Amino acid sequence: MKSIEKMMRKLEPEHDGKWAKFHPVWDGFYTFLFTPGETTRNGSHIRDGIDLKRTMFMVVTALIPCLLFGIYNTGHFHYVATGETTEYMDMFGDKVIYGLIKVLPLVIVSYAVGLGVEFIFCIKNQHAIQEGFLVSGMLIPLIIPADTPLWMVAIATIFAVVLGKEVFGGTGMNVVNIALTARAFLFFGYPTMMSGDRVWFSGAPDGYSGPTQLGELASFTGKQVDWAYPNIEAFSEHWSIMESFIGMIPGSVGETSTIAIILGAALLLYTGIASWKIMISFVLGGLFVGVLCNQFAVNEFMELAPLHHMVIGGFAFGAVFMITDPVTAAQTSTGKFIYGFLGGALSITVRVFNGAYPEGVMMAILFMNVMAPLIDHYVIGANIKRRKKRLKVKELKAA
Amino acid sequence: MSKTIKLRKGLDIKLVGEADKVKATVDRGTSFAIKPPDFHGLVPKMLVKAGAKVKAGTPIFEDKYNPVIKFVSPVAGEIDEIVRGEKRRILAVTIKADAENSYEDLGAVDTANMTGDEVKAYMLKNGLWPFIKMRPIDVIANPEDNPKAIFISGFDSSPLAPDYDFILHGDKELFQRGLYALSKLTQGKVHLTLNGKSTPDEALSSAQGVQINKIKGKHPAGNVGTQIHHIDPINKGEVVWTVNAQDVLLIGRIMSSGQYDASKTIALTGSEIKNPKYIKTTIGTSIEKIIADNVKEGNVRYISGNVLTGDKIEKDGYLGFYHSQITVIPEGDEPKFMITKGWMSPGFGKFSMNRSYFSWLMPNKKYELDTNLNGEIRAFVVTGEMEKVFPFDIYPMHLIKSVMYNDIDLMENLGIYEVAPEDFALCEFVCTSKINIQSVLRDGLDVIHEECM
Repeated sequence: MKSIEKMMRKLEPEHDGKWAKFHPVWDGFYTFLFTPGETTRNGSHIRDGIDLKRTMFMVVTALIPCLLFGIYNTGHFHYVATGETTEYMDMFGDKVIYGLIKVLPLVIVSYAVGLGVEFIFCIKNQHAIQEGFLVSGMLIPLIIPADTPLWMVAIATIFAVVLGKEVFGGTGMNVVNIALTARAFLFFGYPTMMSGDRVWFSGAPDGYSGPTQLGELASFTGKQVDWAYPNIEAFSEHWSIMESFIGMIPGSVGETSTIAIILGAALLLYTGIASWKIMISFVLGGLFVGVLCNQFAVNEFMELAPLHHMVIGGFAFGAVFMITDPVTAAQTSTGKFIYGFLGGALSITVRVFNGAYPEGVMMAILFMNVMAPLIDHYVIGANIKRRKKRLKVKELKAA
Repeated sequence: MSKTIKLRKGLDIKLVGEADKVKATVDRGTSFAIKPPDFHGLVPKMLVKAGAKVKAGTPIFEDKYNPVIKFVSPVAGEIDEIVRGEKRRILAVTIKADAENSYEDLGAVDTANMTGDEVKAYMLKNGLWPFIKMRPIDVIANPEDNPKAIFISGFDSSPLAPDYDFILHGDKELFQRGLYALSKLTQGKVHLTLNGKSTPDEALSSAQGVQINKIKGKHPAGNVGTQIHHIDPINKGEVVWTVNAQDVLLIGRIMSSGQYDASKTIALTGSEIKNPKYIKTTIGTSIEKIIADNVKEGNVRYISGNVLTGDKIEKDGYLGFYHSQITVIPEGDEPKFMITKGWMSPGFGKFSMNRSYFSWLMPNKKYELDTNLNGEIRAFVVTGEMEKVFPFDIYPMHLIKSVMYNDIDLMENLGIYEVAPEDFALCEFVCTSKINIQSVLRDGLDVIHEECM
């Protein structure tokens, strides 16, 4: 370790030297390798072992099951589309290899471009390189279709990092979730690559059409001739809850397997990194609207079982990895419950009632990101009122 | 009439080096000091010059803006040096003690039969007033205020804290004398809050003329700020005074005897102390003799006070005025490689509130923590962690942010009158972004002091 430390110290640009500007970049690499020997001065002389790097590292670890399953899933649906196999375990190696070829470049481009932009801003502003993008960089490839062209990923990432984060001052200052900003950019900029029935089967032959379940469900809101299935029961028979739960459905890279997502959720909740309040209330919000829809169903889509809503589309992924982003979420305890619940409720509402957007999770979370400070404002207002009331009661007693 | 308050929030940090319950004596050193920076916001005006002879109880400086408040020498001897820092600010007044201690005759009084004004005058004149601090702001009490109550915490819950049951044992009479004196200073109650988890010593539990409360929970249950908040919270415009339990004993002893006997029992703690124990010593003592050969080899930090709120001092530094503890822990100024000791390590030796390191497998382990920040300073990212260790009906992060952008109205609304930096010590400890929260809050209190009081 000493030798690495020495080598790093040798490489350190001098503060008044030619490379002084690049000190933040060196610092980024150095602090990646070593927790610096910086000590406390006064106040609390000892500090908790956790830092932002550990926090982000935990989230990235929690995403690994999703990534691995996404790689397999991408390969699986490629071979389904080419008609070579429909069995799960058939051609397992081929599927993984195909998936790796498709998914790894997405991850690499997302990280390389995002970190590149971060470095440029850090050099320009002479700020320390912050850890926020370690998670965003992993999230972006997991929430887009595997066939998204790499140049699109690159510009979406640039857009998200610059306009989503850096203009506000960097990690911890952003208003909306970075990864979702990237996805929203792609969704509105290149709608044909992000939705419809041609993008979900990676490398499918021309003319092959395969919508996600959400696409099929959305058809129920149209004329009966366009319905994908004669009724909702037929849909539920074709795509069972179990199948969706395991993740054998087409979709964005990391969002399909609820099992993989639950593994990640378990890690985040057990370590205490993510807020259980937001996660639970998000799911409850979704179930609540699901039940309401069932009760007042006027079309086939509204009759879909609430539980089924939980396992399709990006709902589970959003509940665990997106809505819980602490920077963009509500910050107060009560606020977190309200924020999560409204987020979940809104996700299903958009999904069921807005035919233009088959999936509502992204929209709902972005909307709630913007609303979070408002929720906090009122929650904190209640606290302030309590304090003022206490004073008034005192004054009344005294008078 | 006494009720038990239960706290669910908080955090006990288990450290190696708790003091054994033995009272040892060490050679009384010859060097002592009173450090004006111990009294936040004080501008001292010297009353003696270097070389002057003083007795224990001779005033050596006073508050420049409130000259009735005197500060006295804890021992007899000769003023050695007036240590000045930047802008000629006085950092310490050192005293070279005589071999034989001698006292000013302050006049013994019976605290049970005095009026409030008499107590006040006596305490101000004889250097006892600085023991009384006030909330809000957490500075020496203003003698002109009319406090709605006086709060005394009967225990200290911070890591490796001295055990007041042990320190006060056998001093029931003098402790009670101190309580009598304090009870004359307020028209309200004197609250003595005891630890609900154990049976307090008789000196505390049999106290007369005070309201005894009990509080149960993890640290900061023993912080007087926590107790005030749950018993009788401070509103804007109200003032509460607080006194440390051992200082109540000192007040009682000095007033009863008429001699400024500043001896107190302190705990010598920390993982780098060979034999952690209690020591009978005097306010302002140099720690050199106390530490002597009782410290392990290596680069260590000496702290006057506890690890969460104490002051960093040098090896030959002096015990702080309000402190009953010296802690010695390892310095953490070595870089830690990411995989073996840093952020990617399994972290069996890293104490953390949450379970991201494997140290959660050993809930009862005692840790040897060093002074490393364990990360770099960042903007606030993680939310909700401070609330877990902050048993107040206050939003800690929002209060800190309001201080950072200097919004006085918001600070008032969010409850800055109820808190002192020490109440935020655990928040500072757990903060993932490594922000120096206690000093931020102190800045906020300074602004409030200047603008609103």
